[in-house]
Amino acid sequence: MTKKDHDTPLLDELKEGPWPSFVNGLKRLSQDEDQQYSGQVKDLLGQLEHSYETRRGYWKGGTVSVFGYGGGVIPRFSEVAEKFPESSEFHTLRIMPPAGNHYDTNTLRKMCDIWEEHGSGLIAFHGQSGDIMFQGCSTDQVQPAFDKINEMGFDMGGAGPALRTAMSCVGQARCEMSCFDEQRAHRTIINEFLDEMHRPALPYKMKFKFSGCPNDCVNAIHRADFAVLGTWRDDMKVNQDEVKKYVAEAGRKYTIDNVITRCPTNALSLNDDDTLDVDNKSCVRCMHCLNVMNKALSPGDDKGITVLIGGKRSLKIGDQMGSVIKPFMKLDTDEDFAALTEFAEEVIDFFAENALEHERIGETIDRIGLSNFLDALDVDVDPNMIAQPRTNSYVRMDDWDEQAEKWEEIKSQSADAAE
Amino acid sequence: MSEADAMPRRPDEHGVPDPFPFMHPVLKANFGNWDYHDRPRPGVLRHVSKDGVEVWTVRAGTQRQMDIHTIRKLCDIGDEFAEGHVRFTTRSNIEYMVSTVDKVDPLVAKLQAEGFPVGGTGNSVSMISHTQGWLHCDIPGTDASGVVKSLMDMMYEEFINEDMPNRVRITTSCCQINCGGQGDIAINVQYTKPPVINHDLVANVCERPAVVARCPVAAIRPAMVNGKASLEVDEKKCVCCGACYPPCPPMQINSDESTKIAVWVGGKHSNARSKPTFHKLVVSNLPNNAPRWPEVAEVVRKILMAYKEDAKDWERIGEWIDRIGWPRFFEMTETPFTRHHIDDYRGGRRNLNTSAHIHF
Repeated sequence: MTKKDHDTPLLDELKEGPWPSFVNGLKRLSQDEDQQYSGQVKDLLGQLEHSYETRRGYWKGGTVSVFGYGGGVIPRFSEVAEKFPESSEFHTLRIMPPAGNHYDTNTLRKMCDIWEEHGSGLIAFHGQSGDIMFQGCSTDQVQPAFDKINEMGFDMGGAGPALRTAMSCVGQARCEMSCFDEQRAHRTIINEFLDEMHRPALPYKMKFKFSGCPNDCVNAIHRADFAVLGTWRDDMKVNQDEVKKYVAEAGRKYTIDNVITRCPTNALSLNDDDTLDVDNKSCVRCMHCLNVMNKALSPGDDKGITVLIGGKRSLKIGDQMGSVIKPFMKLDTDEDFAALTEFAEEVIDFFAENALEHERIGETIDRIGLSNFLDALDVDVDPNMIAQPRTNSYVRMDDWDEQAEKWEEIKSQSADAAE
Repeated sequence: MSEADAMPRRPDEHGVPDPFPFMHPVLKANFGNWDYHDRPRPGVLRHVSKDGVEVWTVRAGTQRQMDIHTIRKLCDIGDEFAEGHVRFTTRSNIEYMVSTVDKVDPLVAKLQAEGFPVGGTGNSVSMISHTQGWLHCDIPGTDASGVVKSLMDMMYEEFINEDMPNRVRITTSCCQINCGGQGDIAINVQYTKPPVINHDLVANVCERPAVVARCPVAAIRPAMVNGKASLEVDEKKCVCCGACYPPCPPMQINSDESTKIAVWVGGKHSNARSKPTFHKLVVSNLPNNAPRWPEVAEVVRKILMAYKEDAKDWERIGEWIDRIGWPRFFEMTETPFTRHHIDDYRGGRRNLNTSAHIHF
């Protein structure tokens, strides 16, 4: 006998309107009477309608995992299972996408086939964690579904107190602003520390994100404990012919109002012949002029990365952005990638050993102070780490001469390195 | 059956998949060699490599929570009208890449005919980045997909056109943890009452010291209630953030009445022009009015239209407000300014005006 549909008058209001409707998708799944998920989706719609009526959520967590891994499945058990029995278990598998979220249609179809057989038929591309979210799986289907996804070459993402699934922008695959090989950095680091992802043992979550330039399309500064942003340290490239063409098309006033005076450090000036004068020593690589005069301006040749640490959302001490820990690292050669991986390992180890339970690394830095964090990681101080020097005198400074000497050493070392 | 047969399969620890086998061939061939791009029309990008090779990208909105029929339809479109390769943006838009310009218009037309809005590029309102909500989260104060659907219906024209002063990135979050992230406009749950504690369950369900430690204002302490080990909340200190609820579900923070929605503005991820910023409070106490959240949609519409009308080219919402000032912003968006806008949390003095810079 066909299972009866729940009435969903509230959800039905979301079927209309120009934007694609998730309710229409769920309804269609519920009507696939010959598929195993039909009843599950009918009850899911029933529970969701119940949430819309009562304005409450009805899922609770639990413990579900696959053999060999400790994390990656988000268990969901219904608190109203007596009313909606077939969706009483509705777990999610977090699966890591290819770096940069590239797919061919064949791969997506295979994923659909697996989820048709073992899941609810509902997949999100992608969750806020950056994972493909295979949503709606009963406990007994988690293992067989994962086995098939895993056999396709895909692997479980992170959940809980662990290294989490990372994100990288489209980068070198299709962006002229890209300043490093994002997908290589992403895969090199995450694949080195999979044990921390799949067998959660950290104090709390740790996220990496990789943006190819300071436009930060994957929101790394806000959202990653370890943010890697592309940048360059030589002069930006200016194609003066294209600058002139831009000025001719957009007009002098428009160019001055929207490019020149929007430079945050007043590093730009429009010459009388409509070419651009750039004070590269004052430029902070904000990207605005490159974004607007896309064809005329490009990043320089001496590219690399800036690493910021400590970004996170509100729990517990309030939202924090990452702050600069490595103003510049080269990221071209195998040795450069090895050096970044080694630095990431030091940060993860420091976090594992020193953070309190449920403390993000930004909160640890907040608690112990940045100077102590730098000491622990053996990173030299750099004026690019601060927005401004301290404005209070409450600090013991009797080792000032020693610290000043250190600075002279750092300077001479970097001068040697540059030679 | 042997013991080995009964053992579950061990996972192959592949890690992050290599994107190259999935990547569009033109992207693969020109990896790291792109020169510039332009936008021939809203929703379409043209990238040109240093060797003059071109690739067109058509971007379309999706509902993110997709049924397999929708995904297969997107695949069919990809096979018939594009070249079999897609990617997804951070904000769940799908992108089709094609190597010749003649494929662009038929692809756009097909996507539109199948109900996928083409847009989200340049100075548009892109898809809202959002969370799971009632559909799947264990601690949600509201739904996510429904709020997003309602808002995207309202902002549809702003997605398919590029008429905004700069790009607009909107987020929603169904609790105060704010998994949706920072946004030019953020629509987030705001709790208004302290948790209601089921003292019969706390001892069995919650690790009490961990719950005490979670509270940002030290308002929770262990207590014996009716002879049972439980927790109590100093309601005078409690800021109703809900941080205690995930580790201790018997401390129920949600209710049909007290769970409200707040709207925030001026968050920005990019480093372009100004440094990245956090979003700032505009309105709170909006009703959690499923299934269409009309009161929320109205506030968002007002902010969006005031910005569209008044901001100069390339100002993001936060930068626009930096120029016109908060008094004018509250006036233009017809929203009340209250004592709750004044940040009196730790470190909040840095958000005060310590100058004689006054907007008249």
